Amino acid sequence: MTTPLDSPISFTNVGKVRWWQSGFFASQTGYVLLALVALFVVMHFASPYFFTQGNLQNVAKNFSFIAIATLGVTLVIITGGIDLSVGSMMCFSAMVTSMVMTQLSTPGMPGAEWFVHLADDGKTVVANVPGLILLVSVLAGLGVALVVGLVNGFCIAVLGLSPFVTTLGMLSIVRGLGYVISNGRGSFPGGPDADYFYALTSGVVLGLPAPFIYLVVLALAMAVVLHHTSFGRHVFALGGNEKAAALTGIAVVRVKIEVYVICALAAGLQGIIVSGWLGSAPANMATSYELNVIAAAVIGGANLAGGVGGPLGAIVGCALLEVIRNGLVLAQVNSYWQQALVGVIIIVAVLVDRIRSRMA
Amino acid sequence: MVTAHAAGQPAPALNQPVLELKGIGKEFGAIRALHGVDMRIFPGEVIGLMGDNGAGKSTLVKIIAGNFPPSHGEIRFAGETVHFARPIDARAVGIEVVYQDLALADNLTAAANVFLGRELKRKLGPFSLLDHKAMAARALELFGELRSETRPDDLVKQMSGGQRQAVAIARTRLSNARLVMMDEPTAAISVRQVEQVLGLIHRLKEQGVAVMLISHRMPDVFAVCDRVVVMRRGEKRADKAIGDTSPEEVTSLITGAKEAA
Repeated sequence: MTTPLDSPISFTNVGKVRWWQSGFFASQTGYVLLALVALFVVMHFASPYFFTQGNLQNVAKNFSFIAIATLGVTLVIITGGIDLSVGSMMCFSAMVTSMVMTQLSTPGMPGAEWFVHLADDGKTVVANVPGLILLVSVLAGLGVALVVGLVNGFCIAVLGLSPFVTTLGMLSIVRGLGYVISNGRGSFPGGPDADYFYALTSGVVLGLPAPFIYLVVLALAMAVVLHHTSFGRHVFALGGNEKAAALTGIAVVRVKIEVYVICALAAGLQGIIVSGWLGSAPANMATSYELNVIAAAVIGGANLAGGVGGPLGAIVGCALLEVIRNGLVLAQVNSYWQQALVGVIIIVAVLVDRIRSRMA
Repeated sequence: MVTAHAAGQPAPALNQPVLELKGIGKEFGAIRALHGVDMRIFPGEVIGLMGDNGAGKSTLVKIIAGNFPPSHGEIRFAGETVHFARPIDARAVGIEVVYQDLALADNLTAAANVFLGRELKRKLGPFSLLDHKAMAARALELFGELRSETRPDDLVKQMSGGQRQAVAIARTRLSNARLVMMDEPTAAISVRQVEQVLGLIHRLKEQGVAVMLISHRMPDVFAVCDRVVVMRRGEKRADKAIGDTSPEEVTSLITGAKEAA
């Protein structure tokens, strides 16, 4: 947006910031994206396998497995909060989804008679309405995420507990509940709708992995919401100056609860998708994923102090982590190095941002 | 709200005080923060509210701004008795506060801050999206009225103290406020920026807005105010036209060397 020519103000001593000194180009997301492009070029020369369709599909799929949750966490980080419970949430939602699906697909189990019946041979289970079990079980998985998000949001926004402590507690609670309902055993998506489930979570559409398509759609939606709705504006205002947000009449409590709910839903959806790819929802699934997710968000430019971040940054952060992991594998470097390298990248990305803002 | 003028014609707008306080008192438990404060502010008038720390200035401002109700007394706004339960009620009748820390979000643009919580939107099918263009245009108009060199799409964190002050004041112009209370607007900015802020107060005055300036800085009060009100120990000790008093007298009223005037 430019200042109209018939501006009522003359700017005598207020300089205009050059386009490359403001907005995207001056953001951490901007130069991490640049680093990612550079890394692509390096990988192209380092390994002939990198730019093969199979490998790129693999990369896209792998980073989609944490990127949807990263979108949610980025939203929370923009408000100046944090959500450590995403890893546990991924597991719990995946578990609930596959358990509900199995339960509803097993004739004789309570509730199953509404969804399935036995075929004439007395063995094959047939769905009454194809896809209905899938719908109900995914809604159940997202439903528990909604509840967890509401509890997080209530504790943080209404009771005023610190986001770090609340979600650290929730990390443990949700993981514990996962072990309780499963008795420590993994659960498997089963029944007549399992094929749909696998198709929707690990299928390939027009050469693109399904999770990647969900990611792109959700990221675009998030970009529009953040920059073109008053909810998005309030999310940024909350991270910039919470007191100001309250004084100007923004419903701070409501916005906070909403971001934690959205974050939990994103994590739940992510978990359900990952379980489709794994073919099961083990009780220790996605353990310590919250660290990868937060690392990706921070590398992508979300500022833990609040007020800065976006969906592109979340994706770029996840992609950078995945390309490095992939590159180390292709270069036949011991894969144990990966974790150490991720830590270095987090610090370097934040350091470069600090140096840049000092120079500006 | 009850109409004050139950019988007869309402007074002409200019002679009617925009804000009238009658016997305002406030107790916090056993502490008497305010006692028997009467005050009237007319449209286009700039009042300096002075007093030492703990004199009751902020309590008075918070009562007028609707942060909490008075224990005693009556607030009349434009001739009508008003009761504010929340700050938003005070804002609804036309009372705006410019807070000392300005209540700006650094990471947003000037226009975004002006419209924070009151965004302009346009409908796009079932969605209502922010109308960036209209907000930038209106913000530019407001900065023009305030004669502040502030670009609507610059980030607040890149702005000078005077520009930030302009953004905070532009916010009050959005709703056509009739009374603007400014809490220490010149406390933490440079000499040149103080000039700008005092200029902004003049702009408000020209447009018929009543301004209450809470300040410790004697030169600023004497530069822009028509009247000065001195508070001490929760009571109003003086209410004089600027021409009838001097910085020395005000100082002795603030410190208590002179009891009342």
